[in-house]
Amino acid sequence: MSTDRAEAGRHDFALRPSRPPAPVDHANEDLPIPLETRVEMYRLQQELRQFEKRAYDLFMQNLVKGTSHLSLGQEAVAAGVAAAIRPDDYTFATYRGHAHTLARGVGMGPVMAELLGREDGLLGGKGGSMHLTSVEHGMMGSYAIVGAHLCIANGAAWSAQIRGTDQVAVAFFGDGTTNIGAFHEALNFAVVWKLPVIFVCENNLYMEYTPSDFVTAVPHPAADRAPAYGLEAVLVDGNDADAVYEAARKAVELARSGGGPSLIEAMTYRHGGHSRADPGKYRPDGEVDAWLERDPIPMYHQRLLRLGVAEGQLTEIQQEVAQRVDDATEYAKASAPPGDAALMTDVWADGGSAWRN
Amino acid sequence: MAELNYREAVAHGIAQEMRRDPLLVMLGEDIADAGGVFKTTVGLLDEFGPERVRDTPISEQAIIGAAAGAAMTGIPTIAEIMFSDFIAVCFDMIVNEVAKARYMTGGQISVPMVIRTANGGGSRFGAQHSQSVENWCMMIPGLKVVAPSTPVDVIGLLAASIRDPDPVVFFEHKSLFATKGEVPDGEIVDTLGTAAVVRQGTDCTIVALALMVPRALEAADRLAEEGISAEVIDVRTLVPLDTETLLGSVVKTGRLYTVEENPRLCGWGAEITSIVAEEVFWDLDGPIVRITTPHIPLPSAEALEDLAIPSADRVHDTVVKTMG
Ligand SMILES: Cc1ncc(C[n+]2csc(CCOP(=O)(O)OP(=O)(O)O)c2C)c(N)n1
Ligand SMILES: [Mg+2]
Repeated sequence: MSTDRAEAGRHDFALRPSRPPAPVDHANEDLPIPLETRVEMYRLQQELRQFEKRAYDLFMQNLVKGTSHLSLGQEAVAAGVAAAIRPDDYTFATYRGHAHTLARGVGMGPVMAELLGREDGLLGGKGGSMHLTSVEHGMMGSYAIVGAHLCIANGAAWSAQIRGTDQVAVAFFGDGTTNIGAFHEALNFAVVWKLPVIFVCENNLYMEYTPSDFVTAVPHPAADRAPAYGLEAVLVDGNDADAVYEAARKAVELARSGGGPSLIEAMTYRHGGHSRADPGKYRPDGEVDAWLERDPIPMYHQRLLRLGVAEGQLTEIQQEVAQRVDDATEYAKASAPPGDAALMTDVWADGGSAWRN
Repeated sequence: MAELNYREAVAHGIAQEMRRDPLLVMLGEDIADAGGVFKTTVGLLDEFGPERVRDTPISEQAIIGAAAGAAMTGIPTIAEIMFSDFIAVCFDMIVNEVAKARYMTGGQISVPMVIRTANGGGSRFGAQHSQSVENWCMMIPGLKVVAPSTPVDVIGLLAASIRDPDPVVFFEHKSLFATKGEVPDGEIVDTLGTAAVVRQGTDCTIVALALMVPRALEAADRLAEEGISAEVIDVRTLVPLDTETLLGSVVKTGRLYTVEENPRLCGWGAEITSIVAEEVFWDLDGPIVRITTPHIPLPSAEALEDLAIPSADRVHDTVVKTMG
């Protein structure tokens, strides 16, 4: 951290140097990605965007209780990785996990109902926004203690190694997470055991409210640490689904062929605040606008048009997704709160919670 | 029938289960080539190979995390934490990740893993390598907690823990490693949640765990010579807790003593005391008495450590004084 940065704006967020996005790399258009994969990534980004906008509205209406951490603006990371893995692969997310859950094909209805604390929620109302999980989709959980799930993803990768499958495990996490011990333990462990695991850092520049570069020894919190573990430093544009897809595809290929782990740092930005109704006022003037300009979705829309996809097809996708978000909202609202009996179930494998006879 | 010591019983129990279940694996620091710093895993690498018995870096979070991730994706695991004091380093993994996984996912995730760890004092190792921390784990919903006192119980309860679909923290007592016991031939599988009445008596109930069990028995022998008939119960598993056996004994004798190696506050005996007070108060003939390590970190010097941890003498003297 340079002194001038520390001095600039320590007490005045607006004076902090703004960190604008890199310009779009149009060469990514020429990556050999099948058009149907690209359309799929577009559809996924639409789903994540429209779903989370609705989730935000429902939060503001006090229907989503507790907290929620949205990935608005970060959709290209979830979509790009999801398109590069197989249905039997494992993913592990953080509390900012709505997008990563939906991207595995989990139904919007149960996810929305979980956010509303309803009995038809994905977790029966037991987990809420921060713990979305769908084992049948390989979505092995959303974890809200920073860093822990990187270690757990190692275990899923180890299990694939033992069972002799070529499944991979992916762990998503933020820039701030690179400063907790579990991150470093997980990386070293994965490398020495040569595990088929992919660590994907979504660098959205901020922890909760503090820019991570204020408290991080290196400019690129993940990529700059990679060489310390003998890994290649991989830095990609996290607002370009094609760039993310390509990096993920290479990492998956390496992991499946026994080549061990990868660490990807994807540069992105959250359009909103950290959580709940945080307005994100700690961000310097102009920074948010610059990143809104680099919104991953309109950019990708234009790219698909240039690649020959008809406007009508994209409109149809948008409308179809909008309908599904409406349906999910209705489904969630119509679902009852969990019954009292649910309180005492599922502590143990026998379904109960007894600790004595 | 063979005579094994407690230390050998650990490897015996693990080997029994690894032969039964070809998917079962274990990991930890110095467990493979070195056979464990307490020599509790000697021979396992040779029999089961480096894929199933794996040395790890000094990364307790990575160890528990890997064991958990494997367990939730179909590979049952045994993770060793060298000294139980180090549980503090990976407490998040155990408390927030492993223990809560099933409940917070609406029952979707199972974590069939065993965390084995060397617990307790008597080795003059000082404050950071000696504490009895079973009470740390007892207070966590979602964890089962086991602490055997004999070689045969080590094998049977370890087998039961490994076969249990829920996470179990298995405390091996450092000061019991050298103790010997008869072990029957063939497969040994015990049942979690069962306490054992290890000595029958009629005047008072002494409830103990792990290293405190032989001390309670020694005290009971001397009490018998002095005309006090003490029943001694080895709790064996704190979660699930066999309250039936405990309450039954207290109803019979009318007096309860707990002998705990953990420091005083929120020790496991406090929970048993409260259950007894709530449920069989009118069967009591006198106050419940807890005999514990004082509420201090453990000292290193022999003279001080021996003073801190309940001894047979202290148990005997306390009973004599309070039985009147
Ligand atoms: C161990 C731990 N410390 C602190 C927190 C509180 N916390 C929740 S999210 C967060 C910021 C994490 O930042 P980053 O890793 O960049 O992820 P992002 O939220 O930006 O996706 C913090 C500090 C926590 N959940 N866990
Ligand atoms: Mg961040």
